[in-house]
Amino acid sequence: MIPFVYSRPGDAAEAVEAVAGDPGATFLAGGTNLVDHMKLGIASPTALVDVREVVDDAVEELPGGGVRIGAGTTNSELAAHPLVRRRYPLLSSALLAGASGQLRNMATTGGNLLQRTRCVYFQDVTTPCNKREPGSGCSALEGHGRDNAVLGASERCVATHPSDMAVAMLALDAEVRVLGPSGERRVPLADFHRLPGAEPERDTVLEHGELITAVDLPAPQEGARSTYRKVRERASYAFALVSVAALVSVRGGQIADTRIAFGGVAHAPWRARRAEEVLRGRPVTETAFRVAAEAEFAEARTGRDNAFKVPLAINTCAAVLRSLTEVNG
Amino acid sequence: MDTTITLKVDGERHELTVDTRTTLLDALRDGLGVYSPKKGCDHGQCGACTVLLAGRRVLACLALAVAHDGAEVTTAAGLGRGDELHPVARAFLDHDGFQCGYCTPGQICSAVGMLAEAEREWPSHVTEDLEAPVEMDEAEIRERMSGNICRCGAYPGIVGAIGEVLR
Repeated sequence: MIPFVYSRPGDAAEAVEAVAGDPGATFLAGGTNLVDHMKLGIASPTALVDVREVVDDAVEELPGGGVRIGAGTTNSELAAHPLVRRRYPLLSSALLAGASGQLRNMATTGGNLLQRTRCVYFQDVTTPCNKREPGSGCSALEGHGRDNAVLGASERCVATHPSDMAVAMLALDAEVRVLGPSGERRVPLADFHRLPGAEPERDTVLEHGELITAVDLPAPQEGARSTYRKVRERASYAFALVSVAALVSVRGGQIADTRIAFGGVAHAPWRARRAEEVLRGRPVTETAFRVAAEAEFAEARTGRDNAFKVPLAINTCAAVLRSLTEVNG
Repeated sequence: MDTTITLKVDGERHELTVDTRTTLLDALRDGLGVYSPKKGCDHGQCGACTVLLAGRRVLACLALAVAHDGAEVTTAAGLGRGDELHPVARAFLDHDGFQCGYCTPGQICSAVGMLAEAEREWPSHVTEDLEAPVEMDEAEIRERMSGNICRCGAYPGIVGAIGEVLR
């Protein structure tokens, strides 16, 4: 780890100024990802600006029935919050499916959105990786590829986004509030994470110095049932092979509305707009679930080690939709 | 870059000078000679370094000491009173909740923090009804302790020890 200066700004604007004005500076919140990356040599900031005391850590009701989650809210406080458990149970479920009790006590909402891929080559500085070192090549294309993306990847990068929380928030149509040097802006979560394209080193649309201050969730859909299901190689404390967050409303035996997002399949949490479109207005049948999920993965591209992800994602999606539409389930 | 910080560790106040790169774990062990929290993986994957920070279980290997100036840290060694063991530590002895003992201080701190979380009605991944009172059974204990790895495989004893404390 290279030496760095540590500072605690007085407020969020000061924090933004400190990072925006110094290309070597970065924000520190829970540190669960960043401190590890500094040890591994993946990140080498020369200044850390601690934002834990300058971003809100409260969950508040918004007029109109939504909630605002302060970016400093820890994953454990958010998962346990009564408003979240009651109105957005799939978000609690997603958070509780991630990491361990200790990590959830440290990790924050803002930091969770900014966590980086767990691709083994990204985390191993002895191997080429375009995300870590632009232009060096992608080791995952030919190497161990079990975790690789199946949707939206590029020839430069096949990494997947590791967050559970973000997948649930994406299905909930969350909006990210950002403070930058020129003021505040809001970014729909659907536009927040990038696909790798030619610049896999950029995970999100944030500019250097922009700070996540909160995440807003719109009012929950009346009558919708929702869940988060994560498939992984251990019963606990493992990243997703595939995960599905879904909300479904049924009226008169037909799917009135649905919102579906996948984790573990792409460089960003993946909103399944095609599957949603196929399902809207359709009768609740197993065939509809499968046709919709298959439509979402019609353009999936797989390699030697990750072809299993496509049927796994389709089957998991169909199972989730079945469980959410069972009459007495 | 050196900074002077204060830490209250197991009830005792210390002032120490640390490089900004020093983790809380290294500050405790190398800076203060508090060897109860262990360095296992040093990457937040094994739980051996678990301590309580203002009562919450956290991983000392991923916390920077400089970011915890003024913090109150409890290690497994500071949980008992004098010669009297903390009930969780006592139960680990009674149930053979360890073999080599390396992960044990982290396991005990994690269990103490986890029991406080359950007391506050925090749900877990295996809690069926997110709005009902939490019922702590074996599945709950196993899920909530999944961040603490035991290479000797003393899990049945660990689960038994925590189960006894809950009774």
